[in-house]
Amino acid sequence: MRAINEVRVEFPSHSGNEAFARSCAACFAAQLDPTLEELGDLKTAVSEAVTNAIVHAYPDKLGTVGLKLRVLEGGVLEVTVRDRGVGIPDVARAMEPMFTTGGDERSGMGFSIMESFTDGLRVRSAPGRGTTVVMLKRLSRREES
Amino acid sequence: MRITGSCSGGELKLRFSGELDHHSAREAMDAVSERIDALLPRRLTLDLSGLGFMDSSGVALLLRTEKKMRELDGRLVVTEVPAQSLRVLRAAGADKRLTIRE
Ligand SMILES: Nc1ncnc2c1ncn2[C@@H]1O[C@H](COP(=O)(O)OP(=O)(O)OP(=O)(O)O)[C@@H](O)[C@H]1O
Ligand SMILES: [Mg+2]
Repeated sequence: MRAINEVRVEFPSHSGNEAFARSCAACFAAQLDPTLEELGDLKTAVSEAVTNAIVHAYPDKLGTVGLKLRVLEGGVLEVTVRDRGVGIPDVARAMEPMFTTGGDERSGMGFSIMESFTDGLRVRSAPGRGTTVVMLKRLSRREES
Repeated sequence: MRITGSCSGGELKLRFSGELDHHSAREAMDAVSERIDALLPRRLTLDLSGLGFMDSSGVALLLRTEKKMRELDGRLVVTEVPAQSLRVLRAAGADKRLTIRE
């Protein structure tokens, strides 16, 4: 699909950048005039994907996290979160509710939350190469609804 | 994240404000644990009204706190949950594992 607008940012995998990334997505989404609930869902989904890159992809070093935001035709926002970290050996298993390799600081619900708060979630990953998460979020224009 | 609180008659009340994510969760969990261990309350009430944002890291914190209180024969009650936090708790299925009071 053709992109009407697009931004890309890259940042090191400091946990302090989780707040930056979700605010960045919310600011970019503002051009589609979303509702508060849609903005909350978008921020949550972005926070989950970016936190995974920070926590799981680069477990004991800093790496680079890429965030790409695109406005597609029809008021759809596409969010891509990409890392060059350890990768996921079995994506289907990782996406099951409650599956976690993160111990009791994690609930294993990140992917489930991304799934229920967006209108499409695609995960591509290769061990040793990294992970790319693409999410689609349909944002209603308030004046039209 | 800021945590303020008071304790009286076996009840510890804590209020969270700010954003509860992976970045802030560890420090918040330590602060909550410390107070529980020091005061051994029978009931812990967590007021979430000041939370501008929460994600799955907050869910894990709430579930761990609930377990900790249960192990001490106490009880956790979560109150004043903002709409975004409640949506996250529901999506994670954690609303059924917690006592949430309006
Ligand atoms: N970017 C990534 N790189 C490597 N592994 C990942 C990545 N994202 C997810 N994973 C793996 O998939 C599992 C499930 O991820 P998910 O976000 O659903 O749960 P979690 O991060 O473990 O817990 P929560 O998100 O609830 O805090 C993780 O435990 C991890 O093993
Ligand atoms: Mg996660």
